Amino acid sequence: MNDDHKSKPPVAKGAAPSRTAVCPSKRKQLDLATVKDQIAATTGPEYWRSLEELAGSEEFQEMLHREFPKGASEWLDEFSRRGFLKTMGASLALAGLTGCTKLPTVEIVPYVRQPENVIPGRPMFYATAFTLGGYASPLLVESHMFRPTKIEGNPQHPASLGGTDTFAQASLLDLYDPDRAQDITYLGDIRSWNAFTDAMRGPMMAANAMKGSNVRILTQAVSSPTLAAQIRDYLAANPNAQWHVWEPVNRDNVNEGAKLAFGEVVETRYDFSKADVIVSLDADFLYAGFPGSSRYIRDFAARRNPDANMNRLYVIESTPTSTGMKADHRAAVKASEFSRLFMNDDDFPSSAFGKAVQADLYSHPGSSVIVVGDHLPAEIHALAHDLNAKRGNVGKTVFYTEPVDANTANRSESLKSLADDMRAGKVDLLVILGGNPAYDAPADFDFASVLKSNSVQTKVYLGSHRNETAELCQWHIPESHYLESWSDARAYDGTVSIVQPLIEPLYRGKSAHEIVAVLADESNAAGHELVQQYWQKQHTGADFDMFWRKSLHDGFVDGTAYAPKNVTAKLASHAASQPPSAEGIELNFRRDPSIYDGRFSNNGWLQELPKPLTKLTWDNCVMIGPAMAERLKLNFKDVVELDLNGKRVKGAIWIQAGHPDNSITVFFGYGRTRAGRVGTAQGFDVYPLRTSQQPWLATGVKITPTGETFNLASTQGYQTMETPNGSERPLVQERSLEEYKKEPNFAKEEEPPDYFTLYKPWEFPYNKETYSWGMAIDLNKCVGCNNCIIACQSENNIPVVGQYQTLRGRHMHWIRVDAYYNGPRENPKGFFQPVPCMQCENAPCELVCPVQATVHSTEGLNDMIYNRCVGTRYCSNNCPYKVRRFNFLLFQDWETPQFKLMRNPDVTIRSRGVMEKCTYCVQRISEHRIDAERADTVIKDGDLQTACQQSCPANAIVFGNLNDKNSEVNQWKSQPRNYSLLADLNTRPRTTYLAEVRNPNPELESKTEAKSEEVQARS
Amino acid sequence: MATNTQTPVEVPVADRRVPVIAPGHTYSTITEKISNIVLTRPISLGWILGFLIVFGMLNMLMGVLGYLFVKGTGIWGINIPVGWGFAIINFVWWIGIGHAGTLISAILALLRQTWRNSINRFAEAMTLFAVACAGIFPLAHTGRPWLAYWLFPYPNTMNYWPNFRSPLVWDVFAVSTYFTISLVFWFVGLIPDFATMRDRAENLWAQRIYGLLAMGWRGSARHWHRYETAYLLLAGLATPLVLSVHTVVSFDFAVGIVPGWHTTIFPPYFVAGAIYSGFAMVLCLAIPIRSIYKLEDFITIRHIENSAKVMLATGLIVAYGYGIEAFMGWYSGNRYDSFLMWNRLHGPYKFWYAALLACNIFIPQILWLKKFRTSTGWLWLISFTVLLGMWLERFIIIVVSLSRDFLNSSWGMYYPTKWDWFTFAGTIGLFLTGMWLFCRVLPMISIFELRTLLPEAQVHETAEVKQ
Repeated sequence: MNDDHKSKPPVAKGAAPSRTAVCPSKRKQLDLATVKDQIAATTGPEYWRSLEELAGSEEFQEMLHREFPKGASEWLDEFSRRGFLKTMGASLALAGLTGCTKLPTVEIVPYVRQPENVIPGRPMFYATAFTLGGYASPLLVESHMFRPTKIEGNPQHPASLGGTDTFAQASLLDLYDPDRAQDITYLGDIRSWNAFTDAMRGPMMAANAMKGSNVRILTQAVSSPTLAAQIRDYLAANPNAQWHVWEPVNRDNVNEGAKLAFGEVVETRYDFSKADVIVSLDADFLYAGFPGSSRYIRDFAARRNPDANMNRLYVIESTPTSTGMKADHRAAVKASEFSRLFMNDDDFPSSAFGKAVQADLYSHPGSSVIVVGDHLPAEIHALAHDLNAKRGNVGKTVFYTEPVDANTANRSESLKSLADDMRAGKVDLLVILGGNPAYDAPADFDFASVLKSNSVQTKVYLGSHRNETAELCQWHIPESHYLESWSDARAYDGTVSIVQPLIEPLYRGKSAHEIVAVLADESNAAGHELVQQYWQKQHTGADFDMFWRKSLHDGFVDGTAYAPKNVTAKLASHAASQPPSAEGIELNFRRDPSIYDGRFSNNGWLQELPKPLTKLTWDNCVMIGPAMAERLKLNFKDVVELDLNGKRVKGAIWIQAGHPDNSITVFFGYGRTRAGRVGTAQGFDVYPLRTSQQPWLATGVKITPTGETFNLASTQGYQTMETPNGSERPLVQERSLEEYKKEPNFAKEEEPPDYFTLYKPWEFPYNKETYSWGMAIDLNKCVGCNNCIIACQSENNIPVVGQYQTLRGRHMHWIRVDAYYNGPRENPKGFFQPVPCMQCENAPCELVCPVQATVHSTEGLNDMIYNRCVGTRYCSNNCPYKVRRFNFLLFQDWETPQFKLMRNPDVTIRSRGVMEKCTYCVQRISEHRIDAERADTVIKDGDLQTACQQSCPANAIVFGNLNDKNSEVNQWKSQPRNYSLLADLNTRPRTTYLAEVRNPNPELESKTEAKSEEVQARS
Repeated sequence: MATNTQTPVEVPVADRRVPVIAPGHTYSTITEKISNIVLTRPISLGWILGFLIVFGMLNMLMGVLGYLFVKGTGIWGINIPVGWGFAIINFVWWIGIGHAGTLISAILALLRQTWRNSINRFAEAMTLFAVACAGIFPLAHTGRPWLAYWLFPYPNTMNYWPNFRSPLVWDVFAVSTYFTISLVFWFVGLIPDFATMRDRAENLWAQRIYGLLAMGWRGSARHWHRYETAYLLLAGLATPLVLSVHTVVSFDFAVGIVPGWHTTIFPPYFVAGAIYSGFAMVLCLAIPIRSIYKLEDFITIRHIENSAKVMLATGLIVAYGYGIEAFMGWYSGNRYDSFLMWNRLHGPYKFWYAALLACNIFIPQILWLKKFRTSTGWLWLISFTVLLGMWLERFIIIVVSLSRDFLNSSWGMYYPTKWDWFTFAGTIGLFLTGMWLFCRVLPMISIFELRTLLPEAQVHETAEVKQ
């Protein structure tokens, strides 16, 4: 596919003059540098506006054609789009229903007849995979006329079962990011690919002569078998060359822990579906970024059914996470105390809490799990391996396999040796494949300055953006997005997915495979050939073609999951190497829930995604606990300075309920200097505080108020269900399992009876209709992973409004996840409540709209007619659930051509002055209804899923036909736990909730209040 | 109209109240005094300076509205949950102010309150300008103002019809009817005076314009008969509007389910509040005007005091409304209503609620004292306070109720932007520009109605009755 330039039909060129004919000399000429300057002058919040203004200018349009006449015309004129469709379409003969294979083709056949499966307006789905930290998320990607528009989980793949995570969902926006690097550059000047390969010839010959001793390859975590094999082949040919790996959010401690326990690095895999008791030591395994989280959430949530054998989750954590808030028992403990708490005893701390946990573990041999957070020291990982073995969990709930990671080298050591070699002048050719080490390397390596110095002759960087690292390398090759290039990757269980592209590279980007091929002197090898060749070698059976097509179609290569490995923990005594001092204030470093290590900081969807607990957008914060805030007289918004061994950063305070005392948590990924229009200069950079010795936890930090304040944009107004006057509102209903068994319908509020209406119900019967839609959300299953928000944003073309507008309370999410706390601020219970439109039967919004822009459909939907809306906002005022969103300004970007490609063509792009809200994905309903009508049947239960439902890894949302007595949604709604939010208002919502039931340990039940103090008293 | 030079007749000693017209006036002095303000009085530097300021504010309004239409309502501070802000506050405030004019001209006319004759003309003008100011907001606050005409039921090819269940549609009818009736009422009341002006004007153009507006009025008995009939009919039409317009405006809130809106007390309480603020505005305008144009003879302390009494009475009704709101917050046992009251008293806007109570309830109580009722300086200050208080009342009702409603997660704060303030100030500019011009081009007191207050007119009327 990558060499398709050659096969482009000449029409593409023929069409160009119509655009390029405009006389450029008469207008001011723009060049890339000026554009960049203009863009640099605008920062995050202004981005959407300035972008549109810039892209609309004649100069810009002209520059586009001057700079990339061919590529630009491809997107803009009809002829080449047809050519594009033609090439792509011819490859689709084998497209199936759930997943399709796309075979690149070189034939040039005029598109006389429409290919059988290409129907304009009908999407197609292709299986591929998104990779984060080396772990693949298997996906099915929706493609509308060869433009990827929506990302779904691959329901056949064991790592997804249909669920996804926020990063995978939002990676679609990265594909269309207009800030992506678009050209190969040498010292900022545009070069051709041939110029690059020519330029590499000299250094490579020199390197070959020295067996590669002056060559270093720096990658991110690699699980791609093809890439690993390519690099290994190169290393075999050049034995002195070295392969370094760096990931700021790394699993060094996990690997070291495995080495301690087993003497080798193994992958630990859990099976939460069989776990009755789960103990999480600071492991945020129910949020994106934890390997296998989608599957783990699915398995965990399936066991949260109070009518079946419900599991019990204990979380002991140093910084509040959504996982902790889902716990049946949670204890807040400083990270520096973990070692002392757990390493001195052979088991658990002897506090009441510890004893209860221990007793529970003992009483559930083989059906318990101890999960340890990636950042805890290796000893605790080793201890957990030991404990899991002692409780008989290994082979039942815990499995050990080959590492998914192809190069398990200690990241920190690996990058350090690279930096040392560079400094010592041992490196002449440095190839950085992805990542952003100039920004995220440990501060003590001073990587940016050594990269900037002239100690390395040739520096090649493959990266999607012209970021901090790209600036310091001579060669910058734009990295192709995973949706436009071939690769492969392993999921958390080792299953290999072939990463197949859905679109030709938008900007002629290259993949890591192609760069490594250049090193191996195969400069024209395309990604597709490289990946296919690798699998041809691996494939032992007869029919490779069939194997290849099936793997592409299914989204994974059969039989590549790693089998469990027999390893035995040989724990003698790992006395804690040196437990960090628990005195003073500790500083925890964590990946950001929304933008991870900073790689997603130019992704507007993720920047504006409210973080699971704080609901904070566009910024990171200095997170402290309430006791500490009181003691230091700090409040929200206060800007403090953190001083760690002379390194200082400033950030705004966030007081987080449930955060341990004397402890600060800060998050990676912000304070970027070259992220792009969205991410640059948002938040503050904490990497300068992070050293290789103290990558996750630093002690001896000083915190000083600066007297300044800074407004943090949180999307949730108030986070407890108890109002300030002390009255409790029944928003999320919760009981313990015992109470639930006594009174299963505890959540039911008294609803005004049906007959309180002037209308005769029998005159407007829904049961005469085929469909009557409804939704139920199981709060017990919801883990607050935020996935539904991004899925909805992507499906429904929801705009990003920017930090300033979010601060003003104008974020546009159609579904939000409310987070509430209950109980003592030091250790509260947490609740998550996804709130889409309730589609009320007695909708207060419908009554008050003067222009009938929101009306009830015959299928019970509360329809929104954008064309009719004049924007009085009365409906929103009258909506008790505040789910309506208003386009106060022109929030939607109507100009940027990339975003035009991205949008779901089935959903209207709303302009300013119009109210919008959740529609139960009415476009999907219509599509299925039309299909059903054509087949003279009705929509089958389960066939039709809303976007939030489809992406939910927890299966917490069910949607369906209320007129179908056997539908799943009716089964859910008939459960005693089912309740309507604000039922006493008589709005009769069609979206109802299944109340939350927790499964506390009866032994601890009475002591709930005191538990956190007890654990702390023990230390 | 021919001038009459009869000697004044003594006022009966039995009426010890301050007269509604100072003794010593005759038909001709009244005519002369009022028409001369328009026809012969030179334009003072003060008037020009003042006009430049208020006209500047009006132009600012045009500029701000232009920017609003280009950018969208997002330039204001509104958000989700507070979807209505200054625009609706100002709308309700201005509409309320208008009510005094209609009350004075219609209800007091029907009730034969003769003292109204010297203030009804400019009170009606005030109504018109206030309704004009108010009318801007419902249009400007929509997200797509170029489509706001969809609120009107009109035959169209879009198969579109407004939702008659929505109070906003009722608003459209209430406000447009109100404006129309007020305009016609005002114009009809002006016709005899236009004729007077026509007859007295020396400038040819003035004669022609007034002549045109006088619609051929010659003062014949038939004219007077028709005029009286029409005026009475219009007064009859306008009277229910005094009650209905603000009732409908209050439905915008009472029909909603937002705690703090959803209450049955709103219609009477809004109407009382409207008259309250309307009379405050009348006083705010009358006090300086009578002193600048030396109209103390016609707008006597009796008018001033009567207006103050109306204010006191309506203010007490409003206070009763607040009391009932607070009582029902507790008595209903509804957690949302009781939280609303708590939130008004202790929430983030508590200062403004306290200011509201002070401005609308506590400070006006000094009007019980005659001294303050008859002191123009004090009364002006109190009226201004009431205007402020009534603006705050709408702020509390709209913003505070919306900012914290049912779901704690969706609570928010409302911060007006400079554009909110500019728009508000701009409508004040529009209002004052109207008043400024009105003072100089139209007789601001009804000449012929004032003449009926003279004792000789009384004699004539009694004689007529005796026949």
